[in-house]
Amino acid sequence: MPVDDATPIAIQVEDLHKSFRIPTSRVDSLKERVVRPFATRDYRELRALDGVSFEIERGEFFGIVGRNGSGKSTLLKLLASIYRVDSGTIRMAGRMAPFIELGVGFNTDLSARENVVLNGVMMGLTPSEARNRLDAVIEFAELEEFVDLKLKNYSSGMLVRLAFSLLLEVDADILLIDEVLAVGDAAFQQKCADAFHEMKAAGKTIVLVTHAMAQVETYCHRAMLIDGGRVAAIGAPDEVGRQYLRRNFERAGDGGGADASGAGRDAAVRMLDASLLDAAGERVNSVEQGEKLRLRIRIEALEDFAALGVGYMIVNSSGIAVAQLRALVGGEPPPRVKKGERYEIETSADNLLAPGHYIVHCGINRVLEGGIALDLPSAIDFVVFGGDEDRGLVTLPQETATRPMGAGDR
Amino acid sequence: MPALQEVRGPSALGGGRQRFFDLLWLLAVTEFKRVYFGTVLGYLWSLIRPLMLFGVLLFVFTQIFRIGSEQVEYYPVMLLLGIVLFTFFQESTTNSVTAVVSQEGVVRKTQFPRLVIPLATVLTGLFNLALNLVVVFGFVLAFGVDPTWTWLLLPVALAFLFVFTAAMSAALSVLYVRFRDVAIIWLVVAQMLFYTTPILYPVTAFEDPTKEHLLMLNPLAVIFEQVRVWVLHEPQAPSAVEAAGGVAGLIPAAAIFVGVCVFAVWTFNREAPRIAEDL
Repeated sequence: MPVDDATPIAIQVEDLHKSFRIPTSRVDSLKERVVRPFATRDYRELRALDGVSFEIERGEFFGIVGRNGSGKSTLLKLLASIYRVDSGTIRMAGRMAPFIELGVGFNTDLSARENVVLNGVMMGLTPSEARNRLDAVIEFAELEEFVDLKLKNYSSGMLVRLAFSLLLEVDADILLIDEVLAVGDAAFQQKCADAFHEMKAAGKTIVLVTHAMAQVETYCHRAMLIDGGRVAAIGAPDEVGRQYLRRNFERAGDGGGADASGAGRDAAVRMLDASLLDAAGERVNSVEQGEKLRLRIRIEALEDFAALGVGYMIVNSSGIAVAQLRALVGGEPPPRVKKGERYEIETSADNLLAPGHYIVHCGINRVLEGGIALDLPSAIDFVVFGGDEDRGLVTLPQETATRPMGAGDR
Repeated sequence: MPALQEVRGPSALGGGRQRFFDLLWLLAVTEFKRVYFGTVLGYLWSLIRPLMLFGVLLFVFTQIFRIGSEQVEYYPVMLLLGIVLFTFFQESTTNSVTAVVSQEGVVRKTQFPRLVIPLATVLTGLFNLALNLVVVFGFVLAFGVDPTWTWLLLPVALAFLFVFTAAMSAALSVLYVRFRDVAIIWLVVAQMLFYTTPILYPVTAFEDPTKEHLLMLNPLAVIFEQVRVWVLHEPQAPSAVEAAGGVAGLIPAAAIFVGVCVFAVWTFNREAPRIAEDL
């Protein structure tokens, strides 16, 4: 994305603050109010955003990343006018599709035809415009035969297609999207990518909010890292991505981290790098189904160990732990690891994972004494693409034998 | 290239007047169609409920208590008219109480003019009322009431009823987000309103002017009494002004009416920007 001074600004955010009051004892009935009218209601002030400023240019595909709870979703909801700002200003040029998730507002009791009109009006079309665009929406979604079917009878794939083609047809200048791209099969992903290129060519601005760096590096021109309600980094996606991972590692290792599991308590190992590799040994963030899954980690021991092991937990987007991988540092039998020694451990496995988005939690363990030397939640994240739109968590390699049965068979 | 404009955040009406009315109309129509075509008996269900209530009450109050039948020439018609109008008020408000909360997905994930949600519920109720009134006027004619020019005044009374219902609904829907016991309280209050509105009995049943004046404190009672006078034009039925003991007697009811509307606007505007956060 060539950035020059002439490029007009599409979104301008200045010194945005937003905090939520979390009641420590929630008073949500009138009865409690009446019974104890003067009971002091205690609030915990949660600062979700603390002085955020940035600008997005027209035609940019802008990624906002951050860990859970960093404030990125709050920022998106403020941009979308779902929450009200405490202080600071947001300015926008052009019409915004006020949707942050595909398919919000679909009524499953109504047909696709009615839903397209209703949703089109929600997104700012007039009813007649929405009716005129119905055919185009249905055609792009390839749902001509099902236009009068109630949405409750649609498959999830059909729903996503309908929602996505509707989003394309409403002609908004600015689109706000919250983690929707890791859905569907490879063909749909390709369709998304094509559509986004067209939007970019048409001068539309897209803001994508996600905690998955892989999506940002794939689609975005520029990215911003939000941490603790502040802008931690803004710039090229790969640079922001590196910062994001570095921060995750630091947090896991700095003793006071977010993980109470004892992660940082005795961080005796330093993480140098953790990545997913392709067949050529290059860092990647997606892997095709059936290819080898190659995970590489580089560590430095900060004290002496009798033996060290690496454990990976692969978690899918529903939060289900799908698979675990283990390796010993230095091979088998594990050697003593001395303070200051550095190791690179590469583990590969057949990729049987169903297409989708995955996060890898990584732990370095003291093999003989027991206990965790370093815990790295969300060390790596990647997308598995390819294959059919399978159900299930994994695709098992299968063999089938079949033959006709004769009359004598029982 | 459009110029930069400040984003003002969520509000009761946000997103432009045209979009507000388009959404309101579409939501009400689709909901009405869903009920109409969604079940086998469709619209009949929304008629059967008031008719059943009507049947039971008609039996009780003409065969057992005989309040109505002795004082009112067209008691069955008065009863049916009152029940149909009150059903509109009760169903619209009761459905509105939980409306905003049950539309949580839309409220939390899109920029949506919040006021549309309770108003669409009331508008759907109004469509039902319009259909039910066709049936009611069938009864009115069947009972031998002659059409008069005062029938043309009915929309005026309905407009007041609609505004009152809409104001109540808006206030209730947004209060329920904060105080979940509003739903239970409202059931009781609606029941009280039913009995303090001259539906089962004529105003004159008290045979005591003071009690008649007291009854006319209830804005619904004023509206219902005036509807009865305009539609049934019975000579012995007092108009709302007469029942209240003069125009001055209507001032408290008018004050309550305006108070409810002002409270609704104030509370909705105050809560609307934060609904998504409080849900």
